[in-house]
Amino acid sequence: MNNKVILLVEDNPDDEALTLRALRKNNIVNEVVIVRDGVEALEYLFGDGGYAGRDVTRMPQVVLLDLKLPKLDGLGVLRRLRSDARTKLLPVVILTSSNEEQDRMKSYDLGANSYVRKPVDFDQFLDAATQLGLYWLVLNEPPPRRL
Amino acid sequence: MFRIQNNTITKKLTRMNMLVSGAALLMACASFVTYDLFAFRETIVRNLSIQARVAGSNSVTALVFNDSHTAENTLSALKAAPNIVSAGIYTLDGQIFAAYEREPGTQLPRFISADHDETHSFKDGSVIVTNSIVFQGKPTGMVYIRSDLRALNAQLQLYAIIAAAVLAASLGTALWLSSVFRRSITEPIRHLADVAGMVSRDKNYTVRATLPKSRDELSTLIESFNDMLTQIQGRDGALQLAHAELEQRVSERTFQLAAANKELESFSYSVSHDLRAPLRSIDGFSQALLEDCSETLNDDGRAHLQRIRKATQRMGFLIEDLLNLSRVSRTEMHTQNLDISALACSIANDLQNAQPERQIELQIEDGLKTRADPGLLRVVLENLLNNAWKFTSKHASAHIAFGMARGNGTPAFFVRDDGAGFDPAFADRLFGAFQRLHAMTEFAGTGVGLATVQRIVHRHGGRIWAESALGQGATFYFTLSETDS
Repeated sequence: MNNKVILLVEDNPDDEALTLRALRKNNIVNEVVIVRDGVEALEYLFGDGGYAGRDVTRMPQVVLLDLKLPKLDGLGVLRRLRSDARTKLLPVVILTSSNEEQDRMKSYDLGANSYVRKPVDFDQFLDAATQLGLYWLVLNEPPPRRL
Repeated sequence: MFRIQNNTITKKLTRMNMLVSGAALLMACASFVTYDLFAFRETIVRNLSIQARVAGSNSVTALVFNDSHTAENTLSALKAAPNIVSAGIYTLDGQIFAAYEREPGTQLPRFISADHDETHSFKDGSVIVTNSIVFQGKPTGMVYIRSDLRALNAQLQLYAIIAAAVLAASLGTALWLSSVFRRSITEPIRHLADVAGMVSRDKNYTVRATLPKSRDELSTLIESFNDMLTQIQGRDGALQLAHAELEQRVSERTFQLAAANKELESFSYSVSHDLRAPLRSIDGFSQALLEDCSETLNDDGRAHLQRIRKATQRMGFLIEDLLNLSRVSRTEMHTQNLDISALACSIANDLQNAQPERQIELQIEDGLKTRADPGLLRVVLENLLNNAWKFTSKHASAHIAFGMARGNGTPAFFVRDDGAGFDPAFADRLFGAFQRLHAMTEFAGTGVGLATVQRIVHRHGGRIWAESALGQGATFYFTLSETDS
């Protein structure tokens, strides 16, 4: 479980810190790669730009994707991931503040695997992080590696 | 359509002209012919009478000397008059003395009475004249002359031919004249009908009927028609202008509304995304502070942090409720027929399951149906039943009812509880956002629920109101549309 990487796409440093704190408090010690915007997320996943030369066969176990992001927003990232054969089946969890119907609709429409709201109450946030970690890192079997 | 009527008018006018002139001509002809026939008959009688007198005086000698042969010779002079059929000289006692017959076999009377000096009569297509023969002042015998009416019949035929010719010529002239003059009547009418047809067909109010040269009732009619068109044109123009203005205003308003909606949408979206993030930070780091620095914090510090966290969470609920409230106005409605009783049951069951320790006697009227948006109606019932649950929570046991009130007026659904109730003086503030009639420490809540409920009810075209007295429970009534029954 330790070699499984989590990609956290989050521009808010507070949310980043809280997410990391929640994960750590639940003893999830996996490497968490943090990118600050949608473009950077794509560069990381496809080994472009600042991440040129990265071993792209090593895909994260799960992508925790915020919707409101600088440059390219979460839905834009999701659209690009689903249209590329390399990331078409990559598990993506939308982790966001909003529970707007249109956001949920579009996310699932574009092929999100899950939609989780970040609760205001940190206790609930902890709870959500526990379940997320447990589910995506332990319980869930990822799709077979691309041929 | 107009042309047909026009043709009818033309026909009517022609027929009228023909009938009037025909009748006048017939009467004139008839009177002329009658007069002439009478005059002619008198002439015939007079001529016959003269001939009778001549024949009589020529036969006096023969009569005196009883020489019937001479008398017959005298009578035979009547051959010159082809109209005379027969003639006879009679003795004073009425016996025939001499006879003349143009063609043999003509019956001459053997005897005539000599009561009168002179008589004439028309009989069997002939005229008979008798005359007494006077010699030296004494009546001596009688003359009888019978003439046919060939001349009269010929005259009659001639008259008939002349009358027919005059009638035909006059009627022809009348027809020609009327066709000339009726145009001055029918043409303006036809023109008027054409213009009226154009106006009603094309809704073109700019056309005008041309006035005829002569001034008469028709020109007045056409003038009035044109005046009317001018008025209609004016009103139509004003109406179109008003319509265009209205359209313009509607499209402006629609645009503004759409813009406002879009703004509201993006505002809600921002609120949904951005307003919660700082709260999460405050709550999260307060918790972190409590966990990481608990040794350096005294009890007061920890209590303060707890208060911060509580307030933050409350703010989170407020934002949540506000978003729900705005969502209620923004979401599209899809109404359908619903079993509202079943919906109330399912919500009440959820509430009961969430708090199994509560002693609540629930009474839900069965089989109530309504037409509403299912999602929004659920929000209404959830809020009202939730409130009933909440405001009876201080009582050991409670009674909550849902049903339909069928008093005077529109039937209304109701949710009734026997909980804390509210002061009716503040009933109007009940449905305002963030309005609370109870202290926070008494009953939790943001004060947005009833505002949300009212908004949903209004969107369905219904009404909501409440009745209560402090400490005696509350009843919330609502209708969803005027057609609820």
